[in-house]
Amino acid sequence: MTMAQITSPGPAQLLKFVREFGLTLTVVVLFTTLVLLIAGAPPLDAYFYILKGSLGSWVKISHVLKTWVPLTLCGAGLLYTFRIGLWNIGIEGQVMMGAVFATLTLRLGLNSQWPMWFLGLSFAAAALGGGLWALIAGFLKTKGGVNEIFAGLGMNFVAQGLILWLIFGPWKRPGVASMSGTEIFPQSLWLPYISSLRLSPAAIALAVTAVLITAVMLRYSRIGLCLKAIGGNSQACVLYGLTPTHFMLLAMMFAGGFAGIAGCLQVSGVYHRLLPAISSNYGYLALLVVMLSNYNVWVVPFVAFFFACLNVGSIQLPMMLQLDSSLAGVIQGALVLATLAVSAWRGRRAKIFEAQTQEAVAK
Amino acid sequence: MRVELENIHKHYGSVRANDGVDLSVQGGEIHGILGENGAGKSTLMKVLSGYIRKTAGTITVDGRQVEFRSPGKASECGIGMLYQDPLDFLNLSVLDNFMLGQVSGLKNEREYYRRKLLPLSTHFNFNLDPNSPVSRLTIGERQQLEILRLLSIGIKVLILDEPTTGISEIQKQTLFAALKQLAREGKSVLLISHKLEDTQVLCNRVTVLRRGKVTGHMEAPFDTRQLLDQMFDQLPTPPSRLKASPGDTILSMSDVVSTGGRTGLQKCNILVRKGEVVGLAGLEGSGQGVFLRVASGMSRPKSGIVEVDGRSMIGKSHREFKDAGVTFVPTSRLEEGLVPGLDITEHFALNARKTRFFVRWSNALSAAKEKIEMFRISGRPRSPVQSLSGGNQQRLLLSFLPEAPRLLLLENPTRGLDVESAHWVWRHLQTYTARNTSIVFSSAELDEIVMVADRILVFFDGKIVKDVRAEDTDSRELGRAIAGEI
Repeated sequence: MTMAQITSPGPAQLLKFVREFGLTLTVVVLFTTLVLLIAGAPPLDAYFYILKGSLGSWVKISHVLKTWVPLTLCGAGLLYTFRIGLWNIGIEGQVMMGAVFATLTLRLGLNSQWPMWFLGLSFAAAALGGGLWALIAGFLKTKGGVNEIFAGLGMNFVAQGLILWLIFGPWKRPGVASMSGTEIFPQSLWLPYISSLRLSPAAIALAVTAVLITAVMLRYSRIGLCLKAIGGNSQACVLYGLTPTHFMLLAMMFAGGFAGIAGCLQVSGVYHRLLPAISSNYGYLALLVVMLSNYNVWVVPFVAFFFACLNVGSIQLPMMLQLDSSLAGVIQGALVLATLAVSAWRGRRAKIFEAQTQEAVAK
Repeated sequence: MRVELENIHKHYGSVRANDGVDLSVQGGEIHGILGENGAGKSTLMKVLSGYIRKTAGTITVDGRQVEFRSPGKASECGIGMLYQDPLDFLNLSVLDNFMLGQVSGLKNEREYYRRKLLPLSTHFNFNLDPNSPVSRLTIGERQQLEILRLLSIGIKVLILDEPTTGISEIQKQTLFAALKQLAREGKSVLLISHKLEDTQVLCNRVTVLRRGKVTGHMEAPFDTRQLLDQMFDQLPTPPSRLKASPGDTILSMSDVVSTGGRTGLQKCNILVRKGEVVGLAGLEGSGQGVFLRVASGMSRPKSGIVEVDGRSMIGKSHREFKDAGVTFVPTSRLEEGLVPGLDITEHFALNARKTRFFVRWSNALSAAKEKIEMFRISGRPRSPVQSLSGGNQQRLLLSFLPEAPRLLLLENPTRGLDVESAHWVWRHLQTYTARNTSIVFSSAELDEIVMVADRILVFFDGKIVKDVRAEDTDSRELGRAIAGEI
């Protein structure tokens, strides 16, 4: 599965995807079951608690959705960078910088008469923050020749350090600075939410919009076409009058912008403050989501939902089975590895098939 | 050591790169293998060095029949080849490269090999620093290192593929002295070359190949005229063509120097007029590719002036050249010209002249349908380009050409096409010249150039050594120029 060969989804492809996904899932379930058996836990119970812990009640579903939103936003952003062939691993730091810029804006609005304005502004600031952070990695790539993976990873550490410094330094709580983050914002600066579920409809709407915009951009806009073309063969694209580096920066900005909005939602919609672990590894997880979705924009929300269920559901495991909740991570990691293995196997089979047909034709 | 090749065949599908070649080499002999592009010289030598496997024929070394399954097997028999691009490891030092393939096991033998390398290097008057990384060496020095390494592993028959392309005059003299030294010591040297001058200075005997067959053997001193006859086909005098009225200058280059390829481009001065068809001849990699890339803005020259239509284009991007009416079509279609993974319609969308935020897919689809019909491309609008055959890929690239380009720069426009497709391409291109478009193209086929060009430039070692009108020259004269005999 190369990123260059992403094609628009058709019914036949969707069917093929579902079939392969089923195969992958079987492999993963077998593997996870083995892990559980070795750990001495009853596998069926573990799966049951994950299911119950994620979809067992409306409150739990709302928890899942709170995880789904940032995963989907980051996933949508990553589709731009994957399309042009960039591995934007710095997305984690872009989420963090979105959170930092959002916190900064909200702090400015602390005693303001119009808190809603600052709430709105925080999204723009977060998108800008994430976008600029991504742009730095982009410039390191295009001007400095630094691989975007290393640049992004480095920038993630810098962003994490910056957050810790802010929490323990300039933005510390009056009196005590602690890992539990900054002072909680007054409710006037919280994103409006459904009180019984503590779920904000605006966040869901943003994630859905991000998916729709990305789908339209990639399918119908010239930018989407250029990203795909440059991802396929940047050298040839020069002949078509395109400047690959410009589009790389643009793709990074899109990814960083969406990640920044995810960070903003973590601050204004979930935690109502800045935490050291504000990004919750959702950026890294989103990379897995997009790979597992075979870079297909329509599949991303579903895989993101599945991952969110695993994450939320596995919180039950320590309580019910005295198992570590990292089982979710095991399942997610195994899923991606199995997917890569299945697609590599499919690729090899296709090649062998091609060689055989060519031989037959030659004869 | 005596090496005999008998009735060697190497077929690639229906193409016969070697078609029954006989060759024998004695110890102490420097033997030249002459021929033009695609004559089968490199193929034959790669068969001998075990790099590619022959289709049929026998190789005997000192009367014993051998079968080389890999270059390692050949070097065990004392046959080694210095490839056109030295196969060394750029990050390693000279000494490390020298030791590669000689050492095994865990013992540290660096000092032993350092003591071995230095006298060997001095013996041939090479000046190599064992500690210097290979990436800092020139091509000539990398050749010297590779020669020493081959000798050190016991090579008695040394094959060199166009060794004098891209190296300095002094290095050439050093190389020649070393090769003569080797011959005196009883080793054999096989020299692939298209340069008559080199063979005349160096070789005792030559074998000439043409189209995969031996067309002659000769002992020194050589009769140049006869060699050229053996190297190049006799071409019928080209049909007289309509004289293009000499129009204004569209492209001019003065004193252009550029790096790239093996030879770069040296002091290039040239004018191309409107409506002219200019063919670039010469052994491949003699600077034609660099010339086309500089002329199209794909790469920037180190110095000199490039003007299109009287406007200086120094520092301009390819896009600006494109806007000025210059279109470049590179030789490797899937690497440089098309985007694998995109289908035909997407290519037309990418190429749309008016760009909007949203792609006009319906326009792109109708353009694709129309051009597929017009250019007789066997493919559907939704076929991915990598699924098309070479000929269809070339037609597709040609279908992207703008309506009225001012200057078309084509690199090997008919490479890999069958005769019918090649003719189709030229018939199509001639419709452009009728509209006063200038065409500059390179080709490995001399007959193609003589057939379609109004004017011919011959490249040799990065320089234009001949600039003639097609009706004022013949294949023999061009052959001499390609071989560096002016």
